[in-house]
Amino acid sequence: MSEPRKAVALISGGLDSLLAARVVMEQGVQVEGINFFTGFCVEGHTHAIRKKDRALPKRNNALWVAEQLGIKLHIVDIIDEYKQVVINPKHGYGANLNPCLDCKIFMVNKAHEWIEANGFDFIITGEVIGQRPMSQRRDTMPVVARESGAGNRLVRPLSARNLPPTLPEQEGWLDRGRLYAFSGRSRKPQMALAHQFGFEGYAQPAGGCCFLTDQQYAVKLTDLWETRGTREYDLDDIMLLKVGRHLRPRPHFKLIIGREEGENRFMEGYRKRFVHLIPLSHSGPLVLLDGEAGRDDLELAARLTARFSQGRDAERVTVEVTGKDGAARTLEVAPLPAGEIPSEWYL
Amino acid sequence: MSTETVDARHLLCPLPVIRTQDAMARLTPGDSVRVLCTDPGAIHDIPAWCRVHGHEVCDIAEQDGDILITVRFGGT
Repeated sequence: MSEPRKAVALISGGLDSLLAARVVMEQGVQVEGINFFTGFCVEGHTHAIRKKDRALPKRNNALWVAEQLGIKLHIVDIIDEYKQVVINPKHGYGANLNPCLDCKIFMVNKAHEWIEANGFDFIITGEVIGQRPMSQRRDTMPVVARESGAGNRLVRPLSARNLPPTLPEQEGWLDRGRLYAFSGRSRKPQMALAHQFGFEGYAQPAGGCCFLTDQQYAVKLTDLWETRGTREYDLDDIMLLKVGRHLRPRPHFKLIIGREEGENRFMEGYRKRFVHLIPLSHSGPLVLLDGEAGRDDLELAARLTARFSQGRDAERVTVEVTGKDGAARTLEVAPLPAGEIPSEWYL
Repeated sequence: MSTETVDARHLLCPLPVIRTQDAMARLTPGDSVRVLCTDPGAIHDIPAWCRVHGHEVCDIAEQDGDILITVRFGGT
């Protein structure tokens, strides 16, 4: 008896990739999962940081999917390599800074490298024609196959019958008749198939799973690039864009103001890299100052810190300012009135 | 049998899982990895990763905000 064919499935943690992998497993193919971590993934980080989110069920959805399927899941750190996708996407951005088509091409390309290195036969994705406005269209899905290098070794089991036959179908590794012809934005066919397979409790993230699709996040990342004069970032940069209020009162510095206990605790890990402020006379946020600040700037930063503390209505608030060298001093300041904070300061 | 220690403190999930996975790739059945981390999510994610790969979580200990998870290579 011949060895079963082997496929790797791109597992995002959502329903489509769960179903796509399962549909192929139904045909006796040995499947393993691969999940890419870009640094911009919504799940995990924000839940870990924000205290209010700690009541949410703790699970990594990609790992949960792997457990449902009974397959191995390889989680791959692509943070550094992914920068080229974010900074200079060949096919451009979506509504915000989301380079969805380049992202899909990049991930399928990484999966293609993986199957070649590990002796697997083909790649599975949960893509559905018409599901996404940029990367999952009838005209862009062939682009993903071609530019990723995967070619006809890329199978989309949920939309396969709307697409030309792939190598696994031509070779008889997969029965095309047992693949699907889903299309469009409706989730009903997927939900019905999930019910048929007995899947319950799968993730249905509202607003996508990538921070680059978020308008507010895109504004903050654009501000970071513009003020640095270069479209570069590291992991700490993109993590800090996920936490706190970001205010830029002057072109040469911005403040990151913790919104709650969980964020303050997370930001404490960055104190030594930034000038930071914290109210002493009242409870309040940890504030990181990103940039260069003179004496007047520090006074303004302290007044803003006081504004977002419990002493916002007090006449004076004592704020401790600590430099990057660890030297601390205190300032007695009047909280900046809300009316003196222009809306343009908020990123 | 060898034991490797991974310092994943101040990293948020899934990075502690990825660091564990990378360390396990260098080991053989019976070896262990001690993962030091601070993200509470690792308490759920590292055991989940171990379950899908057939590895064993030997111990999870918490002290002063640090979490120490000991994983044994399961031979798959």
